[in-house]
Order: sequence, then C-alpha cells, then structure tokens
Amino acid sequence: MVDVPRGPMPPQIIPDTVPPDYLPPPAEVKDVELYHAHSWITKYVFCQDAKIIALQYAGTALAIGFVALVLSWLMRLQLGFPGVFAFIDVNAYYQFITMHGMVMVIYLITAIFLGGFGNYLIPLMLGARDMAFPYLNMLSYWVYFLAVLVLVSSFFAPGGPTGAGWTLYPPQAILSGTPGGQEWGILLMLISLILFVAGFTMGGLNYVVTVLQGRTRGMTLMRMPLTVWGIFTATVMALLAFPALFVACVMMLFDRLLGTSFFMPGLVEMGQHLKYGGGSPILFQHLFWFFGHPEVYIVALPAFGIVSDLISTHARKNIFGYRMMVWAIIAIGALSFVVWAHHMYVSGMNPAFGFFFAVTTLIIAIPTAIKVYNWVLTLWRGNIHLTIPMLFALGFIVTFVNGGLTGLFLGNVVVDVPLSDTMFVVAHFHMVMGVAPILVIFGAIYHWYPKITGRMMNEAMGQTHFWVTFVGAYLIFFPMHYLGLLGVPRRYYEMGETAFVPPSAHTLNEFITIVALIVGAAQILFVFNLIWSLRNGREAGSNPWHATTLEWQTPETPPGHGNWGKELPVVYRWAYDYSVPGAAEDFIPQNQPPQRAATQASLQPAPGE
Amino acid sequence: MKIVVLLLLIAIGSVLFHLASPWYWTPIASNWEYIDHTITITFWITGVVFTLIVLFVAYCVYRYRYKPGQQAHYEPENRKLEGWLTLVTAIGVIAMLAPGLIVWHQFITVPKDASAFEVVGQQWQWSYRYPGKDGKLGAADNKHITDDNPLGLIAEDPNGKDDVIIQGDDLKLPLGRPVKVLMRSIDVLHDFYVPEFRSKMDMIPGMVTYFWFTPTRTGTFDVLCAELCGQGHAYMRSKVVVVPAEEFHAWLDRQPTFAQLRQNEAAKIRQAAK
Repeated sequence: MVDVPRGPMPPQIIPDTVPPDYLPPPAEVKDVELYHAHSWITKYVFCQDAKIIALQYAGTALAIGFVALVLSWLMRLQLGFPGVFAFIDVNAYYQFITMHGMVMVIYLITAIFLGGFGNYLIPLMLGARDMAFPYLNMLSYWVYFLAVLVLVSSFFAPGGPTGAGWTLYPPQAILSGTPGGQEWGILLMLISLILFVAGFTMGGLNYVVTVLQGRTRGMTLMRMPLTVWGIFTATVMALLAFPALFVACVMMLFDRLLGTSFFMPGLVEMGQHLKYGGGSPILFQHLFWFFGHPEVYIVALPAFGIVSDLISTHARKNIFGYRMMVWAIIAIGALSFVVWAHHMYVSGMNPAFGFFFAVTTLIIAIPTAIKVYNWVLTLWRGNIHLTIPMLFALGFIVTFVNGGLTGLFLGNVVVDVPLSDTMFVVAHFHMVMGVAPILVIFGAIYHWYPKITGRMMNEAMGQTHFWVTFVGAYLIFFPMHYLGLLGVPRRYYEMGETAFVPPSAHTLNEFITIVALIVGAAQILFVFNLIWSLRNGREAGSNPWHATTLEWQTPETPPGHGNWGKELPVVYRWAYDYSVPGAAEDFIPQNQPPQRAATQASLQPAPGE
Repeated sequence: MKIVVLLLLIAIGSVLFHLASPWYWTPIASNWEYIDHTITITFWITGVVFTLIVLFVAYCVYRYRYKPGQQAHYEPENRKLEGWLTLVTAIGVIAMLAPGLIVWHQFITVPKDASAFEVVGQQWQWSYRYPGKDGKLGAADNKHITDDNPLGLIAEDPNGKDDVIIQGDDLKLPLGRPVKVLMRSIDVLHDFYVPEFRSKMDMIPGMVTYFWFTPTRTGTFDVLCAELCGQGHAYMRSKVVVVPAEEFHAWLDRQPTFAQLRQNEAAKIRQAAK
C-alpha cells in the first residue's frame, strides 16, 4: 500500500532539513469562488465580506457603548452628588444602571469580541478566504443591529426602559414597582435579547465551522494563534450558554403578557392579590446565571487570547507554555459551566449547594492563574517594545490579576455572605470583566488598526488615552472595594443616613465620580484618533509590528475581498517563532517554508560569534 | 520607563491604601467573627500574590525593555516551572477554601437552642413576628393576606394565635442568644441585611429562607434591603435593637398577640357599624 499524504501535513513530519524542492501536498478541496459584490449596497451595507461585517459589528458596538458610557456618567453624578441633578430621579437612576450593565456586557463587549474581532481575525489568521457561510454572517449582523435598535427604542417608549437591574430578576422585573415593569421597558428588553441570541447564533455557528473546516493547509489546531483559540472556545461556550438566556426571556415574556407563572409565585402587590401562583423566582436565577457565568468567560477568553498575542508580538518572544495556554482556555471554558450558582449563595437556594459551587469556583482559579503566570513569564527575558498595544496589555495584567483575586473573596461562599450585593461586587466585576477586557479591546484596536486601514494610529494621542484610561480606571475601582467592605449596598439611589457609613465615604464617592468623568472624556480622544489617523496616520506597510501570524502576510493591506491572492497561504510552523536562535530576523512568519529559514540561518553567524 | 514607575506605585500604593484606608468593615455585632478571619486570610494571600506579580512585571519591563541588538530568550515551555507554579497555586487555593467551607458548615447548621423569629419583606417596609408563649410560629401564606391580616397568618392554626406581630417599629433581639431568622416576602425579592451581623439572605415570595446568628453586643443597628426590589429599594429601612435578654422578654410580654389584635379589629368594626 502506498502511503499518499492527504490533507494538511502534520507538523512533526516536516523535518528541519526539507529538500529545497519540497512542495506541500495539494489541498483536499478546491478553492471556492466567493460571492462578489456588484453594488455599493452589497459591498458596504448588506455585505458578505467578514472584514466589512467585522467593522459593522465593531462600529455598532462602540456606538451603543458610548451610550452606556454616558449612562455611567449620569449614575456616577447621582452617587457622587446626590440630589444635585433633579432629572436623575429614582426611576431614571435604576433605568441608567440597568441599561448601562446590559449594554456593556452583551451589546458592547460580547458583540465586539466575537462579532468584531472574531469576524476580522478568524479567516485572516487561519488563511481562509472568508467565513464558512458568508450570507448567514451578513444576516447575523443585521439581526444584531435590529436588537440594538429595539434596545435603543426603549429609551423613547412610554415609561422608558426597564429599571430592573441588568439581572432582570422576577417578580420585580415585571411588576409596577419597577420602572418599565408594567409598561414597554421590560418587553423591549426581552425582545431585544431574544433577537441578540438569534443573531449571535448565526454568527457563532459560522465562527465554529470556519475554525474547524476553513483552516488552510498546515494550520493544525495546535498551530492556531491563541486569539483564535480564545474566540473559538468563547463561541462554543456562547452557543451552549445563550439558549438558557433565550428560554428565560421567552418564559418571562409569557409571564408578563400571557399570564403564565413560570417565575411568579402567589404574591400580593400593594395590597392587591395578583393572579400569578406556583412559579419559582429562583428558577429564573438559575437560568440567568447558567448563561451569565459562562458569559463572564465568553468576554474573558477572547481577551485572554488576544492579550497573549499582543504580549508575545511586542515582547518579541514566543508565548510561554503554548500548549498549557490552550488547555487552560479549554479547562476554563468547561469549568465555567459548573460554577453558575456562586452568584446565588445568598439567593435562598438550598445552602448545601454552597459547598459544591465554592469548590468548583476556586478550582477554576488554578487554570486562570496559570494563564497569568505564562503572560508574565513571556515578558521575562523578552525584548519588550513599549508600544501602545503592549502598554494596554500590561494594564490588562494588573487589572485582571486584581479583579481575579477579589473573585477569590466572592467565590469562597462564606466570605461572599457579607460582601454579596455590596459595592465590593461592583468593584470586582468592573475590574475583571469591564476594565480588563476593555483594555485588551483598546490594545487590539491599536494593534490591528494598521492592517485594517493601512495606517498607524497617532502615538501621542494613544499614549494620553492609555495613561488616563488605565490610571483612572484603577483609581475608580480599587478604592470602591472598600466601600463594599464598609457595607455600602449596590444599586442604592442614595445611601441616606446610616450609622455604619462614615462621612469620609461620601468624599470617596465624589472622588470616584470626578475620575469617572475624566476617564470617560479620554474616550472621545480615542474616537478622534480613530478618525484622524484614517487620513493622517503614518503609512503602516503590510507588517509594521513584524508579527508572525498570517493576517500580517496578506498580499494587500488592507486585505482585499478573499484575503489572499491566487493561492492560499501554506503554514509551516506555529504562531510564535519570535527570536528563534540563528534566524535572520527576530520573527519567522507562519507561512515561511522551513528550508528558507534553515538556509538563512546557515548564512548568519550565530549571536555572540 | 514611566510604566515601570507606575507599576511600582500600583503595587506599593495598593498595599499602603489597604493599611491606611479609613474605610474598613464596621465593628462586628454577631458571632461571625470567623467570617472576618476568613476575609483577613484571603486578604493576606491575595495581597501577597498581587504585589509579587505586579512587582515581577515591573522588574521584567525594566530589565528586558527593548535595546538594539538584544535578543529575547527562546524557550517554548518549561514543564518543571509550570508544574511547580500549578502546585503552589493549588496550595494557596486550598488554604483559602478549607476555612471557608468549615465556616460555611457552621453558617448553615442552626443550633438546636436557637429561637426563631420571622422577618417579612414587602415593597418597601419590614415587618417582624415572634412566636408567643408556645415558642412556635403559626403557619402563614400570602393567599391569606387581608387588610387586618397583613402577614397572611392562617387563622385556623392554633400556633399562630399567640404570635406577636411588629409593624412599623424596630426589631428587638436578646443579647447572647442564638436566633434563627425565618424570612418571607409578600411581593418581590428582598434581602434582610444588617452589616454588623455579617450575614444576609434573600427573601422570596412563596418560600421561607433562613440564617442564624448570635447578637454579641447591645446597640441599635440599621436594617437594609440588599436585593433590588423596585423604586423604594434604597429607602426600605428599619432598625434592630439588641437588648439584654430580660429586657427583651419583658418587652415581648407587653406586646398584644395576633388573636388580641384581631379581636380589637373586630370590636372596632362592630363599633363602627353601630
């Protein structure tokens, strides 16, 4: 029997001494012709090119994100200077916190990581021409856009948006004591979430199938950049977790509109016996957190992946412990499905659950810690370029370690009891799933902007943006933990008179508000830089950071429709060949055949000679 | 280089802030000083880890910042180092988790001699109920709530006749006696929260939830709601007054029972009808 090689050649088989005439085996399937846009509408509006869809996702997410930023300003104004701004009444305050939370978690961070970076980077990093299902991909964006429109429309609906808190806990979410509960607010929120999940599912299936089926020859799973590993794992998790949110929304919609009682026990509202009976509010919490906890990692894993690549590229060093990093991503993804009830230690569920969920929650700290060590060990003995993406990556390490460690307080069931529902929780989750991933988003935008536009972003503006954002965010959220330690509850319109909160805590609140206003304003500079650099940025060339991964090896910058020229790239090595001893340069692109590297290495004197 | 200075400032500044901050937990008034101890252990372990990591990052950035001609070290993995780090992390995690689980076991195991009382939440006020002379709380259900039976006691249950209901007034508790808090809600989720007691639990319509503690010093403490319950959430306040046991019992004996209250109400209605 003749052993004919089929498909991608496994990496081990290619020896270092490949004969110069070595050709990789032919592809298993022929290159397919993509749908080519004929008009402006099909090219820029109803577009099927993943790169344009990525920009549509990112643009929409950043736009709605700015709404959330303004909402955070308004709520901080109330907390720092209660009673000064008459238009921020109780209802408005609860509407602001609810919409801020929901927009940041779902419509900004989830959408930009998966819909934005996922769409742009998966095909390019894997050497594919586009996503597996371009038409579905287009539909995914437009359903997401519709979800955002429905969400925004609730600001203008009678009664305004819902003020139920982003967790939307029934019964209050659909009763009259909560803003929007008996009006349009909660309905529009639920419908928008249902649309979001539908839209995400279309995109998510695409990302998964493209990663599994669309890799170019030689791109084995264990050669994928960690960015793709992070986005891929997060997408698989999202496909499993979002259905729980979807059914919870549908059931609550039924409770609100059709009078079912999935989540509604017998209750008396303001002296009136309601017709509900027999349902369980805790059931909703289980469904919500079965989605909600994986959601934390759906946001975190793409950030983990991207920051690994930023650190490796800008420290000119291979990521330390690549295989461990991949397995840690997978372990975190799997474990995150068995920790959800750590959000419910004081929910009134059977307290014996606390033992199980505290153990699983603290176990997840171990693979997470391994990731942190490996980032830090990648810096160690590197050649660190303090570029703006690197600065943001360093900011991520600090804020993520800080937020991760405070998670050990809240995950450890009995410690959670006094801290739960206080400002400690607010500080913790903002640090770990707000500030940390957003610093990665910024770093990633500075990093990939040259590929997307062909120009570098302005360095001076970038520096200012980094310093104000990072230092400011730390000054906001680090001291906030101590308000929670005092016992200040979260979701309080005003603290009022209490014996246990000293007046100095109010000074701290004023300080936090002022810093928040400054950090928010710095984001305007970022947007200005995005636009300004389009025309005035320095020409970037195709690979300004001297990176190894395939997206920097495209024949055109920005990459054209179909990404590659006539031939798809062929991959010969992993994504982290930085500073390989004896190599001509301090990086070897993934698509550089081994013999060239070997030849050049033999011509170069070894370092130190 | 600015970033190295900043990283040092963050590492050292965070520790100094922690030590010098005037904002720390309010003095405890219950038996759960174990919880405070566990938080202290966790602060130590996590504080050391945070400081070491940030200092190490600062060192790396300083020592290995870009210099022309410098080449990064090439070392894809180091099994031994990764193994050691995993092991040390696991030990740290166990050191935090083990005391946490032991205290949690105490937290959910109510002592046999704990006396029960009930807290009922509704938008946006607190009500309290004590068992009468028989030491038993009567059964209750939201279905039975009427104007003259605001907590929904089941009239047929003999245990409920001598119950004492407190509405619109402070909760009183005896010093040094373990108490089991039984919690119900009439409308939406609430959470009975007294920062000095270090314990809290959600209240759910249709369910009875609980926790226990022993008040360890006399005084008046704020009762707050810790689960978002609508517009009035921040204003849902009450007070709990911890008094010596004798004083508590004397006070409780003076309160009218549920049966007496209903008779009074019925008498009033008859009077009004005349």
